[in-house]
Amino acid sequence: MKDGNPLENFAQCSLPLTRHSRVQLAHGSGGRMMNELIRNLFLEAFDNPTLNQMEDCATLVVEGKRLTFSTDSYVVDPIFFPGGNIGELAVNGTVNDLSMAGARPLCLSVGFILEEGFPMQELNIIVDSMQAAARQAGVAIVTGDTKVVDKGKADKIFINTSGVGVIEHEFVISPERIETGDCVLVSGTIGDHGIAVLSQREGLSFESPIESDTAALNGLVSAIVETAGDRVRALRDPTRGGLAATLNEFAEQAGVSIEIDESSVPVQPAVVGACELLGLDPLYVANEGKLTAVVAPEIADSVLQRMREHPLGRNAALIGEVTSSRRTFVSMRTRIGGVRIVDLPVGEQLPRIC
Amino acid sequence: MRYLSEYRDPDLARSLLRQIRQTVTRPWVIMEVCGGQTHSIVKNGIDRLLPSEIELVHGPGCPVCVTSLELLDKAIAIASRPDVIFASFGDMLRVPGSEKDLFMVKSEGGDVRIVYSPLDAVQLAKENPDKKVVFFAVGFETTAPSNAMAVRQASRGGLSNFSVLVSHVLVPPAMKALLNSPQNRVQGYLAAGHVCAVMGWEEYEPIARQHKVPIVVTGFEPVDILLGILMTVRQLERGEAKVENHYLRAVSREGNRPAQELIEKIFEVTDRNWRGIGVIESSGFRLRPEFAQHDAEQVFDLTDMKVSEPSSCISGLVLQGLKKPHECPVFAEECTPQTPLGATMVSSEGACAAYYSYGRADLLSGARSNQDDPE
Repeated sequence: MKDGNPLENFAQCSLPLTRHSRVQLAHGSGGRMMNELIRNLFLEAFDNPTLNQMEDCATLVVEGKRLTFSTDSYVVDPIFFPGGNIGELAVNGTVNDLSMAGARPLCLSVGFILEEGFPMQELNIIVDSMQAAARQAGVAIVTGDTKVVDKGKADKIFINTSGVGVIEHEFVISPERIETGDCVLVSGTIGDHGIAVLSQREGLSFESPIESDTAALNGLVSAIVETAGDRVRALRDPTRGGLAATLNEFAEQAGVSIEIDESSVPVQPAVVGACELLGLDPLYVANEGKLTAVVAPEIADSVLQRMREHPLGRNAALIGEVTSSRRTFVSMRTRIGGVRIVDLPVGEQLPRIC
Repeated sequence: MRYLSEYRDPDLARSLLRQIRQTVTRPWVIMEVCGGQTHSIVKNGIDRLLPSEIELVHGPGCPVCVTSLELLDKAIAIASRPDVIFASFGDMLRVPGSEKDLFMVKSEGGDVRIVYSPLDAVQLAKENPDKKVVFFAVGFETTAPSNAMAVRQASRGGLSNFSVLVSHVLVPPAMKALLNSPQNRVQGYLAAGHVCAVMGWEEYEPIARQHKVPIVVTGFEPVDILLGILMTVRQLERGEAKVENHYLRAVSREGNRPAQELIEKIFEVTDRNWRGIGVIESSGFRLRPEFAQHDAEQVFDLTDMKVSEPSSCISGLVLQGLKKPHECPVFAEECTPQTPLGATMVSSEGACAAYYSYGRADLLSGARSNQDDPE
């Protein structure tokens, strides 16, 4: 240091950037910033008891029947990726949101926003795969909307799907029912979808190609509910923000802490490798065909076994437990026996610099 | 996975922890230089597994954190221009400048793009001849070869629309500066493995000798770090002060000669202002004068910049290993990764971000670590 005592010119930091006058990408990435946008703007404005539950889908009681209602928009880039495309993602995503309340999905709506000049052949492929996905999930696409915007005003194709489902059992599946001692299960390897998309986007190729896990989970949910009954407390599909975001949502909504065990969390070796390369943590990478289940401890083994018998749960694992209700946070026992926090992601996971 | 799972092996890690406990007889302060090591330490819970005699302090090895506010403001000014495509590693985008960050520039319409390699930015320059493409060349010796390669390719390809905003910093001058500080507490260094992979470890020998500190070239996985700590503690306990390299799978004494030659052709050593620390003599690279047409500071008129650094955070002390992130009064309160007061809370190599993301002591105080019984 040139000027003698180095402490004379340190500790210079800049102004806090707490308020954004414009929407940032991170406002849509499933992390803390999106959470705040939802709480501070949308919940404030639309305030009602159903919305305020902050579930992936709304539950409405109509003439004594409980219906679930959900919506989701799909803007993935690239629109075709290993293991799927934007169309089947749009169908499976909304089916899954309905299923996580334990509902049987009934039907979907589809809204297309198309960019002028988009190849008709690609639209055909997308629509065909949507119908195939809907058939697979046992839902019908019963209404829709189409808009075309000027070239350059949208990126190729955006799809919105909404859906309605019906709950055919008496109990409630919600994070609010989570209790200390409950077990946390995940239905398979995490991070597959995010890495499949990212590797396509970045032009990375791997010895064994990583495919998106996009799939409709309603069948797996039925199997879990059949096995566990009301001892399944909460279900959620860890999409944006990954497993870390879902566990943090559980902890916060239930007012508990959750501890997971690093060595139990299933991750494909190729995904581990890709994450190393890209500087990402698989806990924060998106999934599109996995669910996290919190169940009562006495039923955990049976549920795990039942999940493993299902084609979409072959790699299911017991990854942790609900530890206490004194503090709300998620921690992880590391492979070498240490312990760390698993925080809610702030925004986009950023690639490392060196 | 080869070269990964064996360096995360729980049995090996436990055995090294046991050896560290058996070796240490009194308190030692060891600094891991590189922010990547800091993150690995906190992410794996290593700091909580070590015997209490060993204190790890976190070094300045986070290029994002030490990039001066002036350069960051220059980057923001350049990126805001309509004729520019500004390319950067993602880490830089959320670092607060005097008034805004690069993400905000993007949301205001600036063409800011995240790239994984400076060569991607060169490609952007080829594809967009009507735009000026600027790459934010941030980093230690590790990223210097690829940044040098980008400049060489642009120069050879006659890409006059490609330039770099250089903020290169060098590790050994910073290590020396910290040791020369009257407040210095560091008694041993874990040197940054990736930096040494490029530069070798010869240049650390005079530092170890003159300052009587052991320096162990260390990798980034838990087993690497524990082995680095063990070797440092052994030297300290024996009163030795030499350079040792246990990161043999990546580092040789002379380093990567072709990479060094490339750096030499494109860059020259210069004084550099480290954010939070101050100016350190001969501690950075700048482009050689013959590449002036690829130097963003020459290409753009950047006078009239008003740089303002209020002083509510202690990142300077953190970067020098004098304070721990959680000792800062605003840590996890006003200052979070979402509302960072300093770059150390933003970067994937920043110590404050590591503590916030993985190791907030107030939350973990009740959680046990699986300490082996000392034998």
